[in-house]
Amino acid sequence: MTKAATHPVLELENVCKRFGKGEKSVEALQGLTLCVPRGSLFGLLGPNGAGKTTTLRILATLLAPCSGSVRVAGVDALKDPRQVRERLGYVAQEVALDKILSGRELLQLQGDLYHLQRSQRDQRISELIELLAMGDWIDRRSGTYSGGMRRRLDLACGLLHRPEVLVLDEPTVGLDIESRAAIWAVLRQLRDQGTTVLLSSHYLEEVDALADQLAIIEGGRVIAAGQPSELKAALGGDRVTLRVREFSDEPEALRVQQLLQDCPGVRQVVVNRAQGYSLNLVVEHDGVVEQLRRQLAEAQLPVFALAQSRPSLDDVYLQATGRTLMDAELAVAGSRDPKAERKQSMR
Amino acid sequence: MTSATPSLLSPDAAAAGHRSPLADLTQETLALTRRLFLQLARRPSTLVAGVLQPLIWLILFGALFANAPEGLLPEGMSYGRFLGAGVIVFTAFSAALNAGLPVMFDREFGFLNRLLVAPLRSRSSIVLASVLYITSLSLVQSVAIMATAWALGYGWPGGAGLLLVLFTLLLLVFAVTGLSLGLAFALPGHIELIAVIFVANLPLLFASTALAPLSFMPAWLGWLAALNPLTFAIEPIRAAYAGHFSLSAVVLEAPYGAVSAAGCLGVLAALALGLFLLIRPLLDRKLA
Repeated sequence: MTKAATHPVLELENVCKRFGKGEKSVEALQGLTLCVPRGSLFGLLGPNGAGKTTTLRILATLLAPCSGSVRVAGVDALKDPRQVRERLGYVAQEVALDKILSGRELLQLQGDLYHLQRSQRDQRISELIELLAMGDWIDRRSGTYSGGMRRRLDLACGLLHRPEVLVLDEPTVGLDIESRAAIWAVLRQLRDQGTTVLLSSHYLEEVDALADQLAIIEGGRVIAAGQPSELKAALGGDRVTLRVREFSDEPEALRVQQLLQDCPGVRQVVVNRAQGYSLNLVVEHDGVVEQLRRQLAEAQLPVFALAQSRPSLDDVYLQATGRTLMDAELAVAGSRDPKAERKQSMR
Repeated sequence: MTSATPSLLSPDAAAAGHRSPLADLTQETLALTRRLFLQLARRPSTLVAGVLQPLIWLILFGALFANAPEGLLPEGMSYGRFLGAGVIVFTAFSAALNAGLPVMFDREFGFLNRLLVAPLRSRSSIVLASVLYITSLSLVQSVAIMATAWALGYGWPGGAGLLLVLFTLLLLVFAVTGLSLGLAFALPGHIELIAVIFVANLPLLFASTALAPLSFMPAWLGWLAALNPLTFAIEPIRAAYAGHFSLSAVVLEAPYGAVSAAGCLGVLAALALGLFLLIRPLLDRKLA
């Protein structure tokens, strides 16, 4: 227990991963470095295609990196993957259940693959059934399960052997609110009782609500890391969204931008074409907003809407990448190759 | 983490006991085999079809050539009696050739990944489970066909003959299962695997001595049949059915010379070993 108390549980250093060869090859990870401290609930945030899944698959020993080092609980994952597998629980994004087995039978199989003693295995299974409220359906064939049930069963599979680290790939994608809340609660409980949890997500709210540490990853690199509050505070200032009319035209928006840019206390003004030429700006303190209103009135410009907020994770993301998470998602949406991705995940 | 009794969610690395590797290997192999049998029990159509199909072969083909000219078959054997050995071998062969399909589906659906993130003592347990499953399934099928052949009056290999039949089938099943599992890891998907199975299956049957003796074939086909692994399994079994189960007895008059029962078994054993050595590096690479 003492050996790694000060050590991070997960350490990735300068990890590179390339899929394919020659011209068609894809650089999924380009020197990714990541440290997950023991006992944290760590969020890996990034748009689709940023390299989150590849990172987690490397941690789960399903993939070997092209270069770099990977340590899990102090164990070198490349030298001794079996040790890593004993200490780590992995919940994949696409839940692969054997639909003809019942949930309980799958858990029993899983317990045997982790070499639990039979009595210990069965006791553990009944504990998890209770914890995840699976009692009503655990003996039904898993082919009949809903998405939420499948996720909960898969989570139970990952927890069966009491891993030191639990790694989850987008654990709540496509889930109803109730299942999502149930999974969040379990993840918090896990963290509180000493398990390190690493989850990937492309939902800002999820990482904001859950994680006590996070890393933003894009293009196969970590571009920002720290506590959510720290990252937000580091940005400073408040975010203001201003609309002079419900729908302005470009010349007017540019004129307002010009006007606002010269105000003291205003840091940056961006014209958001996607939102009816509204203006996004960063102000240093509340007083600036009053000043702005006065200036607009003097210039005979109306104010249709003016919203002010503290920096959000989205702003952290915007600052780090130069675009919002949603824009990043849209940008990669068309360029993904599901066939190639399936091939990557097949052994 | 400091509390004496570990709570439900706290990690417990010590839980991974220090047991012997052999106990671990047995546990994981049996668990994986159990899964395959549970699947079979709930989807018995594979077994039903696997038993029905050879019976249909036996009855229909037996009737089709019932009036074959005298002297076509050695020692005035009836065609039904001649066919029995061929159908037994072909059935075991088909079942073994399909052994890779469940593994391929596990690859495609990602279930294999679930096995690969578990700390298996050796990943050969995945292969071992398939071999155990297919072997037992083949034996059940074979016994069912033998019983039917007996009921149809085609005879029954007694005592030592029965042992010879089962041992021959075992060698063939090991060899072909190995081949099929190798293909399941080498080919990109189940479409390709099914295509290979489809192309290999029937031609191997027709180019063997399952349906007709070598003496009945044109020379070139005789050569093919005399090199076909199925023939090396069929002829010892046929001899056992005819009541000669001496290992040194000549069972195959091939164009290149006479082969004894022991020779046939030797060829099958060499084939099983050769295929195993051939797919070993592939499995190591895919399952490393």
